[in-house]
Amino acid sequence: MNKLLERYASQRDIEVLGAIEEGLPLCERPFAKVGEQLGMSEDDVISRLARMKACGIIRRFGLVLQHRPLGYRANAMLVFDVPEERLDAAARAIIAHDFVTLCYCRERHLPQWQYNLYCMIHGLDRDIVEHQIIDLKENAQLLDFASQTLFSRRRFKQTGARFSAAPHSGLVKL
Amino acid sequence: MNTNVELAKEDRAIINSLQGGFPVCDDPYAQIATSLGMDETQLITRLSKLLDDGLLSRFGPLYNPERLGGAVTLAALKVPKERFDEVTELVNQHSEVAHNYARSHPLNMWFVIATETPEQIDETIARIQEQTGLQVYNFPKQKEYFIGLRFDL
Repeated sequence: MNKLLERYASQRDIEVLGAIEEGLPLCERPFAKVGEQLGMSEDDVISRLARMKACGIIRRFGLVLQHRPLGYRANAMLVFDVPEERLDAAARAIIAHDFVTLCYCRERHLPQWQYNLYCMIHGLDRDIVEHQIIDLKENAQLLDFASQTLFSRRRFKQTGARFSAAPHSGLVKL
Repeated sequence: MNTNVELAKEDRAIINSLQGGFPVCDDPYAQIATSLGMDETQLITRLSKLLDDGLLSRFGPLYNPERLGGAVTLAALKVPKERFDEVTELVNQHSEVAHNYARSHPLNMWFVIATETPEQIDETIARIQEQTGLQVYNFPKQKEYFIGLRFDL
């Protein structure tokens, strides 16, 4: 187990993560069932998970949607070239829009790639997303910045975030 | 658009509600069911069906890979049109690669690399470069502002 993982999680914690990596059991007392598999009490499972949530190992409990079959096929990645001192303000203005699903700052790759602020919009319809992009650029005062919009054309691979509890490692896959 | 799956209004309510989170307690399904005005058995049955139908890929904890000592980055390739399928196959065979999308730009293939340790990011990139003969553009994250990624259905 690597050092960072050791700092936040014990071997027993990792067993709990491993037991639910494919998802929570669908039954009345899901955490009791996990405990049964691992020889732990229901309370122990719940308190370990609550602690791992509190320290940020688990972002949240929720679901991973296959968004394409549900019609969310218009997926745009917008990138902007924003000076360092204006980054936080620009990001704040971007994430105030509820149609924005992700927002990151990433390293540039000069001279081929000047962009450092990224956001994603996942929408049902390309026309709507294109309008949202226009609104976003105006409302968030992004028109000063060089930008590009990269729509997705095809998807080759999409798997949910996984955690595999191999005995001595915390193998993480997305 | 006409190939879209039509969801029952109960399923929409379940998905919208669960995207926001899930209580960690003895009887989480019962609590959610109550808040949605359905009974626990109904909720569990509907969730199982959504999973079986492949509309949900997973229901459970969403991890923070970096907190677990892992590393994640976004990378891109400029793939010549005639090599696109071949390169797609080479890239996707790496178990470290997820979320591979073709995008409308000269940098036309964008994928996420997630590994157990930060060093393995560089190793994976080196292998992909060697196999494809193409330069991998690596765009490590410097700051995360928002990762809502939820869909109101």
